[in-house]
Amino acid sequence: MSNLEDLYREVILDHYRTPRNKGELPPPATCTEGSNPLCGDEIKIFLDVSDGVVNDVRFTGHGCSISQASASMMTAAVKGKSLDDVRAIARRFKQLMTIEEHDGSAPADVKLGDIEALQGVVKYPVRIKCAVLGWNTLLEGLATAQA
Amino acid sequence: MSLDIAALRKEFPMLQRQVGGKPIHYLDSANSSHKPNCVIDTMSQFMREGYAPIGRSSYTLASEASTTYEAARAKVAHFINARSPREVVFTKNATESLNLAAQSWGRANLGKGDVVVLTHMEHHANIVPWQMLAAEKSLEIRWVPLTADFQLDLTSLDSILRGAKVFAFTSMSNVLGTINPVRELCDAAHRAGAIAVVDGCQSVPHMTTDVQAWGADMLAFSSHKMCGPTGVGVFWAPEAMLDSMPPFLGGGGMISDVRLDSFTCAELPAKFEAGTPPIVEVIGLGAAVDFLSGIGMSEVRRHEIELTNYAYRALKDRYGDDITIHGATNPELRGATFSFAFRGVHPHDVSQVLDQHNVYVRAGHHCAKPLMRLIGANATARASMYLYSDENDVDALVDALDDVSSIF
Repeated sequence: MSNLEDLYREVILDHYRTPRNKGELPPPATCTEGSNPLCGDEIKIFLDVSDGVVNDVRFTGHGCSISQASASMMTAAVKGKSLDDVRAIARRFKQLMTIEEHDGSAPADVKLGDIEALQGVVKYPVRIKCAVLGWNTLLEGLATAQA
Repeated sequence: MSLDIAALRKEFPMLQRQVGGKPIHYLDSANSSHKPNCVIDTMSQFMREGYAPIGRSSYTLASEASTTYEAARAKVAHFINARSPREVVFTKNATESLNLAAQSWGRANLGKGDVVVLTHMEHHANIVPWQMLAAEKSLEIRWVPLTADFQLDLTSLDSILRGAKVFAFTSMSNVLGTINPVRELCDAAHRAGAIAVVDGCQSVPHMTTDVQAWGADMLAFSSHKMCGPTGVGVFWAPEAMLDSMPPFLGGGGMISDVRLDSFTCAELPAKFEAGTPPIVEVIGLGAAVDFLSGIGMSEVRRHEIELTNYAYRALKDRYGDDITIHGATNPELRGATFSFAFRGVHPHDVSQVLDQHNVYVRAGHHCAKPLMRLIGANATARASMYLYSDENDVDALVDALDDVSSIF
């Protein structure tokens, strides 16, 4: 059972049971939808961005513990951060979710904190797409918010 | 006399696989089935000793290979009670067979405003080909709804079918296991003047198929769900129907003559088999049909009813209202496939924990998103059994679900 404990770390289950920043933001906050067509998971990311800072972020959606916990941790990590920092965190997270060599495009000093708990997902390749769903939707949302 | 499942299981090498030193419990047969030795050996032996291209060359081995290939077609025809092997067309899979129905018959016979009727429990393979044609030809698609317990709601079937040209439906739901009254549905289609297209993927492997008793106009199914190899599917239609249909894919093998400005089609069923077919796979399917026929489809069905009954009771006895099994409760009305929701845990998390116990179920939307929306879920966990499944597999599922509770 050691493997599963690696996947379902306590901090992940905590974010799953008690998601942070769950809910919607009214316009003019942007709303970006993401889905995982293979498993049917759906997510919406609401972003309030001004002066190059993510003032607020919320999410709604349905999905497995990994996708929901990852989205919750993501919102906690990027709220109040500058767009540059948010992008660096997202890049770092996506590096964490890959078994490939890092290309050094994200500064090594970006700290992910609790989010590191998700690295157990890498051992379950089919679950990686669950973990990155919220993050990819965030990156799309940032592009929309800045457009 | 009931089947000797222990002996039967020995015929399936994959069922002997162990993972982490423990046996596996394969409960994903609605997705794809495992293969018995006779299929593996037939294909291997053919490739070692009998392989040659079919249909074209006249040397001895090519002629032998053609005979073996056509013998497999005859076996499949007999298995579904077709009138003649000429009614059996080999495709890549059931999805291609349904695309053939839509693109060949549909393109030739449907026009603006014509109506195609589908049901809310169809697999995407029996939805999207019709939607593609509908977009091109401005067809109307109507839907047969479901009752609260996920049976087809037939109360207004005749009015839904009024004026329709096609009624395409599954003989058994791949999500719910619901068995549909195929004969009754074919009759209703014909009363309305529509053709009846049957997606037989889930029922053909599990129970007797009789296209003549059904009165169907077309049938599609896959080899890989019925102990045969991947890469081959079947499209069946009566000869007169096939004769009236234009070819689907063009190329070698499907013509009798080609000139610079025209071509003429080959006789049936070659007309629908362009290019080199999956020769080895078709011959493997023939062996799978022999295997199933040797057991007897009524025996397969009897075993699956008993096992479904056992599984339903075992899950309900242990978990009561904590488990919701979608669909019919009467095993006579369903196949050995059931989707379930467990204590609000997401199906991916359920299947991940079950995997740790070598219990293999599928989690997801099962290529039936319209049905999933009716169920009110983005995904379900689905356990599906076959002739080689046994009570140990069910017990393993029931026990492993306990661990899901302990984590979530």
